[in-house]
Amino acid sequence: MKTVVVVGAGPAGIRAVEQLVRSGLRPIWIDEAPDGGGRVTQRPPAGFTRDAAALYGADAGRAKRLHATLDAMKPRTDWRPDTLVWNIRPETRTLQTLTGGSEQGEVSYDALILCTGAVDRVVPFPGWTMPGVTTLGGAQVALKSQGVGIGVSPVLIGSGPLLILTALQYIKAGAKPALVLDTTHFLQKFWETSGLLWNTPTFLRGVMMDFRLRLSGVQYVEDATPIAIEGDSAVTAVRWRDTGWKEHVTPCDAVALGWGLKPESQLADLAGVPFDYDTKQQNWVPRRDSAGRTAVPGLFLAGDGAGIGGAEVAELAGARAALALLADNHLPSDAALTVHLDTRLRTEARFRAALDRAFPYPAKLAAKMADEVSVCRCEVISAGELRAAAAADAPEMNRAKAFSRVGMGRCQGRLCGPPAAEVLADALGVKVDQVGRLRGQPPVKPIPVQ
Amino acid sequence: MTVTRLVDQDRPALSFTVDGLEIVGKQGDTLLTAMLAGGLTYVRTSEFGDGGRAGFCWMGACQDCWVLVEGSGIRRACTTLAKPGMKVIRR
Repeated sequence: MKTVVVVGAGPAGIRAVEQLVRSGLRPIWIDEAPDGGGRVTQRPPAGFTRDAAALYGADAGRAKRLHATLDAMKPRTDWRPDTLVWNIRPETRTLQTLTGGSEQGEVSYDALILCTGAVDRVVPFPGWTMPGVTTLGGAQVALKSQGVGIGVSPVLIGSGPLLILTALQYIKAGAKPALVLDTTHFLQKFWETSGLLWNTPTFLRGVMMDFRLRLSGVQYVEDATPIAIEGDSAVTAVRWRDTGWKEHVTPCDAVALGWGLKPESQLADLAGVPFDYDTKQQNWVPRRDSAGRTAVPGLFLAGDGAGIGGAEVAELAGARAALALLADNHLPSDAALTVHLDTRLRTEARFRAALDRAFPYPAKLAAKMADEVSVCRCEVISAGELRAAAAADAPEMNRAKAFSRVGMGRCQGRLCGPPAAEVLADALGVKVDQVGRLRGQPPVKPIPVQ
Repeated sequence: MTVTRLVDQDRPALSFTVDGLEIVGKQGDTLLTAMLAGGLTYVRTSEFGDGGRAGFCWMGACQDCWVLVEGSGIRRACTTLAKPGMKVIRR
C-alpha cells in the first residue's frame, strides 16, 4: 500500500485516520476547514474560551475524545487543512485540490476514504431567501463557533432532533425562540418509540430534551405548517397554520429551518459510485457495503456522506471503513474491533430507521409549494418554472435542470435538489425516486478560474 | 437580520472595511459574523433582482455569502476569518 488518503476530518475521518495510523500508515489527510473537527463537534477559532461542556452539552465527552484524537493524529499524518477536494478522477486515482482558496494541487491515491459529511435538508417557502433566514445547522454553527445568535427572538421550523436541540441551545444563550414549529405530529414520533430503544441512551436524551423544551415556556407547536416568512428586506414574522387549519402570525427577527440532513456525496458521485434511493431516509445515497466498500476500486465511504447516521455512527463507520481498507490490503487491523463495530453499526441502523420514520421529510409540503416560490435560491427559479419544464417533457431532474436551470447555480443543487425532485415528481404524477437526482459536476464547489 | 453577540464575546476588537465603511468586529469572527453583527443587513446582492442575501447555511455549502476581499478574490464570508485592515466589497 503506497498512498492512503482520507478526505474529511469530522467524526468519521478522525476515527478512520486513527485506525490507519494504528496500523503503521501515514495517510494524507485533507479537510476543507482550517482545523478539522467536522460540524457537530466543530471548535470555535482561536480566542474563544467556552469549555467543551458549554459548547457541546451532553456530547461534551465525545467531543473532547474526538478532539484529542484529532490533535494527536495531525502530526502523524500528512495533514492538509484548508484544502478543498473539488474533483476526483477514479481512472487515474487522482484528486484535484484547492488550498487556501487559491493554490491548485493534485493528490494521487492508492486507496481513499471519503468522509464528506452532510448539509441541512430544507423545504423552500415564501421568504426563505431573505436575510435573517438560515438553516437549523447554520443557526447552530453561529452559536457554537461564533457565539452569536441569528436573532434574539427567532422562529425555528422543521422536524427532528436538531430542531429541539437548537431551540434549547438558543434558550440557554438568552435568545428565547418566539416559536418552535415542528411539522411532525406528536403521535408520529410516539409510535416509533419502541424502535428508538435500539439506542436507549440517545432516545432518553431526546425525550429529556423534548420535556425541557415543553417546560421552557417557549411556544412549541406540532403538526403545524409554515406558510410564509414575512418582511421586506428583513424578517419580521412567520405566518403558519396549526393542526386545526387556523392561521397565525408570529413576530420574530430571524428564522431557521431544516428537516434532517442530506449527504454531501458529490465526490462519490464523480468517482462513479452508483446511488440508490433510500425510501426510509428519503435521500439518494451512494451504494456501499456495511463496511464502507464501494464498487469503485480503492474507494471507501464513511459518515453522513455515505448516508445519514449522525455523528456517533460516523465515528463507528469511519473506523470500520479504515479496518476494511486495511484488511483488503493485507495490512494489520484489529479483528476484535471489527466484530464489535459490525454489531454496533447493525444496532444503530435500526435506531436510525425508527428515527427516520419518526421525523419524515415533509415531501408533500415541498411537492405542493406555491408556483411563485423560488425553489432554487441561487438562480432564483420558481416552482412554477420547474412545473413548466415538467410539462415541456422533462421526465427527470437533469433534463429539468437543462430546461429550467434549477440546480445549475453556485450551490449546484445542494439545497434545491430534494425539494425540486418532489415538485417535479408531483407535477409528473410519479414517485420521487423516478425523477432521479441531479448528477454531480466538477468542481464540486466553485473555484477561481485562472 | 439581527445577528446578535450572545456568548463568548470577550475578545480583542479588530476593524476592517466593507464598501469603504468601517466595521468593528472581534478576533475570531468570520466575515459573515462581523458584517452582520456589525450592523450590515446583507452581504451580497442577488444577481436576479430579488434583493440582498446574508448567507444561509453558515457552513460553506450554499455559497450564498460570497464577498470580494481585496487581494484574495471572491471568498465565502462564512468560512473566512475577519482580519484587521481587510478591504471587503459587496457585490
